[in-house]
Amino acid sequence: MSEKKQKIKPSVGLFVTCLVDLFRPSVGFATVSLLEEAGFEVSVPEAQTCCGQPAYNSGDMPDTRAIAAQVITVFEGFDYVVAPSGSCAAMIKHHYPSLFADDPAMAERADELAGRTYELVSFLTDVAKVKDIDAQVDAHVTYHDSCSGLRELGIKAQPRQLLASVKGVELTEMENSEICCGFGGTFCVKFGDISNEMVSKKITDIVASKADVVVAGDLGCLMNIAGKLKRENIDIQVRHVAEVLAGQTDSPAIGDSKS
Amino acid sequence: MTVLDTKAARNAILGKVTRALDAEGSDQKARQKVIVARIAKHERGVVPERGQAAAADRRKLFMSQIIALSGTAEHVGSAKDVPRAIATYLKQYNLPAKIRAGSDKRLKKFDWTKTPTLEVTHGPARDDDKAGLTYAVSGVAETGTLVLTSSGDNPTSLNFMPDHSIVVVDGKTVDACYEDGFDRVRKTQKKNPLPRSINFITGPSRTADIEQVIYYGAHGPKHLHVIVVG
Amino acid sequence: MEPTTQAFKSNVKTALGDKQLRRALGTIEQGFVAKRAQTTQALPEFEQLRNQARDVKDHTLANLDVYLEAYEAKVEGLGGHVHWAQDAAQACDIVLDICKQHDAKLVTKSKSMITEEIALNSALDAAGIEPVETDLGEYIIQLRKEPPSHIIAPAIHLTHEQIEADFRDKHTNLDEDRVLDDGAELVAEARTQLRQKFLKADVGITGANFLIAETGANVIVTNEGNADLTHTLPRVHIVVASIEKLVPTFEDAMGILRILARSATGQDISAYTSFTSGPKRPGDVDGPDAYHVVLLDNGRSDMLGTEFQEMLRCIRCGACMNHCPVYNTIGGHAYGWIYPGPMGAVLTPSLIGVDKAGLLPNASTFCGRCEAVCPMHIPLPKMMRHWRSREFERHLSPSTTRYGLKLWRHLACRPKVYQFVTGLVIRTLKALSAGKGVLHKLPFASAWTRHRDFPAPEGKTFQAQWRDRQTKGDA
Repeated sequence: MSEKKQKIKPSVGLFVTCLVDLFRPSVGFATVSLLEEAGFEVSVPEAQTCCGQPAYNSGDMPDTRAIAAQVITVFEGFDYVVAPSGSCAAMIKHHYPSLFADDPAMAERADELAGRTYELVSFLTDVAKVKDIDAQVDAHVTYHDSCSGLRELGIKAQPRQLLASVKGVELTEMENSEICCGFGGTFCVKFGDISNEMVSKKITDIVASKADVVVAGDLGCLMNIAGKLKRENIDIQVRHVAEVLAGQTDSPAIGDSKS
Repeated sequence: MTVLDTKAARNAILGKVTRALDAEGSDQKARQKVIVARIAKHERGVVPERGQAAAADRRKLFMSQIIALSGTAEHVGSAKDVPRAIATYLKQYNLPAKIRAGSDKRLKKFDWTKTPTLEVTHGPARDDDKAGLTYAVSGVAETGTLVLTSSGDNPTSLNFMPDHSIVVVDGKTVDACYEDGFDRVRKTQKKNPLPRSINFITGPSRTADIEQVIYYGAHGPKHLHVIVVG
Repeated sequence: MEPTTQAFKSNVKTALGDKQLRRALGTIEQGFVAKRAQTTQALPEFEQLRNQARDVKDHTLANLDVYLEAYEAKVEGLGGHVHWAQDAAQACDIVLDICKQHDAKLVTKSKSMITEEIALNSALDAAGIEPVETDLGEYIIQLRKEPPSHIIAPAIHLTHEQIEADFRDKHTNLDEDRVLDDGAELVAEARTQLRQKFLKADVGITGANFLIAETGANVIVTNEGNADLTHTLPRVHIVVASIEKLVPTFEDAMGILRILARSATGQDISAYTSFTSGPKRPGDVDGPDAYHVVLLDNGRSDMLGTEFQEMLRCIRCGACMNHCPVYNTIGGHAYGWIYPGPMGAVLTPSLIGVDKAGLLPNASTFCGRCEAVCPMHIPLPKMMRHWRSREFERHLSPSTTRYGLKLWRHLACRPKVYQFVTGLVIRTLKALSAGKGVLHKLPFASAWTRHRDFPAPEGKTFQAQWRDRQTKGDA
């Protein structure tokens, strides 16, 4: 047997996100699978916990800085940092640098991290230059554009491009796919009634699309949407886009029981 | 006539603004010089390409936009033809053969002999005037807009009070953009102050305050008729 | 108008129960939103114009003191009078004084948010002077003694039936048996009623979309033409405008005007855009004899030089609220004061204090749709976050939130403790879900489970599973 010279793969530090870590680890595994398939060496730093958004959006800058400083340290050294979440990736990319305006040394480190941090799907298309996904998933899918990913990171065409390439996937656009689902982090509990009205409108649009599965790139949105569909006894599956792209759709969808 | 003296408030406000802008120590005269120069230059910014067409096309674009906005527009060959156009318009709407106008000298160029029964009175609009006639400074092809200025020649109330507003505009004054229209006003007012009112009028008066449905003649004219001359 | 911003939560409850309001708000997406999209896409230069408008306003604000003085000199050179007011009370006093000087009994007004801000109508009423709103939407809500619910379409929350009822109730000079089935009939009636007011008014009061330093002009934009009748027919024209309305030249104003109507209603330009600088000139046969401008600070100078300065670029187009999913759910009245939606959430705390208005910038998911459509590129979510930050520093946010965030930070900065505690919580939630896939009740998050189920966690965290796989040697 001839010895093959192993090419050094670029390294990715997986920023798994607190929601994926705690509520739906299968999204994390789907993410790893996609990244490895695309030729990256994936590591999962043990000391990661949260990106700091809850504190940041509550105006608690001191706690946000403490958490951000930890993230910056923990994710040093990787060629890329990839998160299966537009909001967490945007937090690191767009908001970390401004957190340390008064601390030039930290600001520089934050900038450096921001430059190599990405949301998963746009990383695959824009950096890894993945054109299509080799998977088979029979599903009639509609896509919800999570706000941070859409407006802070410009994620719009990329998930549609990859979903279209999956064999068996039929994609139907819903009306108002770009309108907020009402999750908004603490908003959904602080202003639960307004949030409920917003998610009700979202599921009306999802149902009207006639799709069987709704996907998005952020687990917060997905848990909100799934929770409402379930309460309304509507039989539409809710999955993270990573699950569909990784062909991992045998497991229960979000909010579904094993049966 | 004295009203409350607000000098103290003036100084307080200006002082606060200057301090907030961190400009307290600066050379006020130097800052003023820069601002005065910028104002005097009144440079144009980005001007949309939309209105920039050859004159005849500009006229067509101008008229089509007026119509799209529920106004009406017609083109006559020369100033002589205007009174007949006015008489025809009034008849079309079953209005009495009366029109209220200002004292614009250009009205004399119209051939009123062709319409002997058309009664023209001059002065500001009165509540029972059904139709008013004004002469625009220019038209703006960009959006089908009329540029009108207030004066004894063209009392501005004529553009707003009657149900029907008829506006005459010379074809050669249909410009590409608003800026061209304003430059005309600047030129004619070189030594005098600008007219009290410079009106950009685009279509008849409208409102959408009843369930977002558009209705015309909210307070201003229900009908705007533009006669482009030459 | 007395703010009810502190009662935001109960205002919201009222709004959510108002079926008629919800129906009216439902028209916005296909109306204002769709029209704006159409018109802005049809103008290739739109994005350039936005950037230019932002730059012009920034330049003007950075030199506001100089521009204000230049404007004042120009107005006075034309025979007008400029008055300065630091706050609402001073502004009302000045207007009342001018009205008294001219023995005014009847005042016509065009739509002006600034006069709502200073509660001018109440001041006029108290002084025995009758103010009449002439913008149809403002006239209707004046009859109903309501505040506006949208800065461009103040009566957007009302139906034909409601308006008809108000007209029948208040226009007692007209035949009871008259038919008002068609909107056109309502408009015609308002036209006739208000025409008499226009003609009889002693004083006309307008706001200003812009004040132009170059010419001393005020710019007013309407579709009805009511502003022009307001300032042309009476003997006296009073303009009330806040100091940030300044722009340097006509060209600067025009650049911004090109994006104002497009952003507000989806029109290329409104029916009437008027540049006026009274009093009437020699030879004029109509127009006011006296022209007064009241320049108002009322909190604007306090915003300059702060992280809220960019809010002074606002041109009051209403695009932000048209596109806001929260505004589209609760409507304008719920915000409790003059300015609703995202711009209201940022501006109101500046004007009346974050202690009173703090809930407004909290009622946002930061979806960012407002900033995406703001013609002046105002970073609205960022400024709402600044307010949240100020509240946090001043301990105005609820203590449960503060302690919760402190606790979260302590856990988040201690990964091993975090993993232990969260692992416990997740296993508990999983057990509580009893295999159903969701939890119907969450005692510490009833605001979620009141209307939604809560998806159950898978049971073992990703970190724990990953660690297991690594130690077992799995890929």
